[in-house]
Amino acid sequence: MNNKPPGEDLDNIVQMSQSNMGSSDWSDMLASLSESADKRVYAKLFHHFAPKVKAYIIRLGVNGGAAEEVTQEVMLSVWRKAHMYHQEKAAASTWIFRLARNQSIDWMRKQKYPQYSLEEWSDTAAEPGKGEQEVLSDRVAKAISLLPEKQSQVIYMSYFEGRSHGDIASRLDIPLGSVKSRIRLASEKLKQIWGGEYEH
Amino acid sequence: MNINHHLDEATLVSYSAGALSQGMALVVATHISICDQCRQLAEANDALGGALLESLESETVADTMLANLLAQLDDTPQEVATLAPVKPDPEIPAPLSDYIEGSLDQLEWKSIVPGVAYYDMPWEGRGVSRLLRIAPGKSMLAHTHDGNELTMVLRGSFSDEVGRFCRGDVADLDDQIEHQPLVDSDEDCICLIATDAPLRFTTLFGKLVQPITGF
Ligand SMILES: [Zn+2]
Repeated sequence: MNNKPPGEDLDNIVQMSQSNMGSSDWSDMLASLSESADKRVYAKLFHHFAPKVKAYIIRLGVNGGAAEEVTQEVMLSVWRKAHMYHQEKAAASTWIFRLARNQSIDWMRKQKYPQYSLEEWSDTAAEPGKGEQEVLSDRVAKAISLLPEKQSQVIYMSYFEGRSHGDIASRLDIPLGSVKSRIRLASEKLKQIWGGEYEH
Repeated sequence: MNINHHLDEATLVSYSAGALSQGMALVVATHISICDQCRQLAEANDALGGALLESLESETVADTMLANLLAQLDDTPQEVATLAPVKPDPEIPAPLSDYIEGSLDQLEWKSIVPGVAYYDMPWEGRGVSRLLRIAPGKSMLAHTHDGNELTMVLRGSFSDEVGRFCRGDVADLDDQIEHQPLVDSDEDCICLIATDAPLRFTTLFGKLVQPITGF
């Protein structure tokens, strides 16, 4: 445990966070926060994820001061919920993405986005191994850049703009069915990249 | 649970992206909570979201934010994972139980026509979000839609042009399909439904009741 007053190590922490780390290191770090409640570990996670969480929230349509506010809420919940993080079930980026998505939607709609309970995950379900999760985080962004533009476009419009199929259809002036088949094709190709683990 | 009809991958992607209406997201979360197959796909799509988050160009965060947070941590208890609370009614999957008190039979069902009743979810927004209760041998009004329609069976069963749907099954349809589900179970069929655009009824009778039912 770190008993120093908050903020004292700030400069050191900023330095450390600038080193180049792979995504599996961030998952290790979040797992260790879940065990130790160490504020130095928390600060490192903050420096890496808070600027990305804010970028995501702004893209979804939360602006200015509110984006700052929601980012702070998300990062506070990283601390609150760290105990519920299980490294074997998700990469740190996946877990923090869920928090950021849910809290942005809560903020924009004033309604809780319906979620499936993580506690209810059945033990019988085949779970992706840790290794595969990490490979995914490191390679997917690159993989998306390899998709045909028509397919990466609908993925970006979904994840970064929160647009429904119907909304995308009218923006691109294509039929609803085409939006859905583009999303399906993109998803299929992206999943092939990490080894057919999630075949329908 | 033996589930034969699953969510469309395009619907699962939109769910993970946070792009579904409240009603559609509720049907998806409810199905995923009892379907291992769709849950694994949803987890993979969440991981895609995580990778996209990582790929974003960082946005400047106020210098004071970390200091603010560090000052709050001592007073912010870390939540402990608890076992899921015992569900009052095993017929109602957890995501749906947030919005329903008591059992499905205790809801204040509103009748549309004899043998067909509904219960609206407590929110407004795009499209429809409600429970439908249809008596044996009755049919839902034939309709088409401009957008997507999700129907998940909670009790009983129905058949339509696509196949037979029992508890846990979900019909994930879009505007390509005109269909008329017929209840073929001995008991009432209760479904959770959501659309992302208003339904269009294709029968004259449907057109007459549409303004009244608010579909
Ligand atoms: Zn399923």
